[in-house]
Amino acid sequence: MRSNVEHTTPYKVISVILIIILAILFAFPLYWIITGAFKTPAAVMAAEPEWFPSEWTLRNFETLFSKRSAPLWELAIPFSDHFTETGKLAYFSVGPKLPAALRWLVNTVFMAVVAMLLTCGTAAMAGYALAKKRFIGRGILFSLIVCAMALPKQVILLPLLREMSALGLTDTLWSVIFPIVGWPFGVFLMKQFAEGIPGEILEAARIDGAGEIKTFITVVFPMIKPGVGALAIFTFINSWNDYFMQLIMLTNTNTLTISLGIAKMQGENATDYGLLMAGAALAAIPIICVFLAFQKYFTKGITMGAVKG
Amino acid sequence: MGKKKSESMSRALVRQETISGYLFLLPSLFFFVVFVIYPMVMCVFTSLFDSTMGKDTQDTFIGLKNYIDLFQDDVFLKGLLNTIIIVVVSVPTVCAFSLWVASCIYQIQDWACSVFRCIFYLPVVTGSVAVAVVWKWMFNGYYGLINTTGTGLGILKENINWLGDTRFALGCIILILFTTSVGQPIVLYVSALGNVDQSLVEAAEVDGATKLQVFWKIKWPQIMPTTLYILVITTINSFQCFALIQLLTSGGPENSTMTIMFYIYHTCFKLFKYGYANAMGVVLALFIAVLSAVQFKLAKSE
Repeated sequence: MRSNVEHTTPYKVISVILIIILAILFAFPLYWIITGAFKTPAAVMAAEPEWFPSEWTLRNFETLFSKRSAPLWELAIPFSDHFTETGKLAYFSVGPKLPAALRWLVNTVFMAVVAMLLTCGTAAMAGYALAKKRFIGRGILFSLIVCAMALPKQVILLPLLREMSALGLTDTLWSVIFPIVGWPFGVFLMKQFAEGIPGEILEAARIDGAGEIKTFITVVFPMIKPGVGALAIFTFINSWNDYFMQLIMLTNTNTLTISLGIAKMQGENATDYGLLMAGAALAAIPIICVFLAFQKYFTKGITMGAVKG
Repeated sequence: MGKKKSESMSRALVRQETISGYLFLLPSLFFFVVFVIYPMVMCVFTSLFDSTMGKDTQDTFIGLKNYIDLFQDDVFLKGLLNTIIIVVVSVPTVCAFSLWVASCIYQIQDWACSVFRCIFYLPVVTGSVAVAVVWKWMFNGYYGLINTTGTGLGILKENINWLGDTRFALGCIILILFTTSVGQPIVLYVSALGNVDQSLVEAAEVDGATKLQVFWKIKWPQIMPTTLYILVITTINSFQCFALIQLLTSGGPENSTMTIMFYIYHTCFKLFKYGYANAMGVVLALFIAVLSAVQFKLAKSE
């Protein structure tokens, strides 16, 4: 941001123009999704591309929302199969019957929010302990976490599926949530942030007679809040888009997430692109809004994780 | 003063720290062990068995036979080759492209820089399913945007069935993967370039160094750790390319877009060879581990 902003060389002008063109190309698929969602079937299959819909229609959304209906919210109570008489999972459901696509959206939001809360809570505590507590086995534990992080996450999914079915959790959102919480990136990120807490402050809290839990809530947590914010938004977006895990764990129409629902629709009516764009828009727009709203935190999470990759 | 105190901690305090430390770690450790470490161990373990998905028949121990079979399996070898092609093409291009974009935008006004960063990140946030679906439409052999504009402008002589042609399918996948991969590297490079020591740059400029010299001699070494990190994450991402393949081509035509990740899925859920699929997972993990180690070594020696 210094004076060299002013003297423009031809190279600079050309590269900025190039980047603007590339940016338009990168944003284009999203534009095509949104406009495609409002196009008529004739426009979708037109031989001459309609760059801007000549005729706007809500038909695609009507078809999308006319699909099978389900209760708005239905939650499997984990491990309840051990206590019910039938030996099957007990469900807790509320709300009127609504289109399946809406239910998918609710499922996705629930999954992402719970995964986010659990991850942030457990990771903040663990990161603080790893950064500030001196205990036996700390070094080994930390290197285990770093090693696990470098491994491809998708490789463990097949054994996870077996484990989930042994636990009776297949086809519930919990089977997607728990592995996200277990993934150690959050602990790693929180440790980076917690290292910045001065030891003197913790010492002072101890001398004041504050217990461990009180110290954590009143002293530690406020200091690592920016980090928790970054981790929260990072987890939210990543779990929203973690297609492979959702695909393997969830099969029942009522437990699908929105991206999984769209993928299934694609398999069923492969060529109704107007309908598919409506679904894609429904899946993409909420998460893009979340991203734009918390973009600053998100960028911070990405860069902090890389500082000591 | 507080420091001295903590250095001379008594044994009782150490024990107290250990207990409270583990109590804080307990919830996280529970999920980590049960849902990450245990499946990881099981992955290696079951890869030594002849195990079928969805059947209750006893698994039989067959030692390393799954691994030996793997390297005689033509489809697996084809998948391995395709995966390597994807990695070799996409990792350098993603790194070079994102470095170029970042070096162009990191000195412009804050708001503009942030707009560009967001736009290049959009395909990542949009989600692989939405991205795959819209590209499938654009690549459609009859009325896809690429064909209609291509023939309209006279670039293409006739419509091409992009995703159904063995010559083009893998290229299309690599192109889409590219658009969904550059977002994070650009963010990282913008922040790394912003942290480059300006006094060194200015000193070099006073000494009459050219732009190119300043870049290679001063900026490049300083952003090396970021480059290394980007290399590793891009490699892992390219190795794991799955959603695009599954939604766009299912590995076809004639296995021309088969990747290891998709073949693992196919083996497990279509062929029901569970132990065999896990053996592939282990091989994939080893591949990534070796490649990351090599990248670290190369970067260190520079």
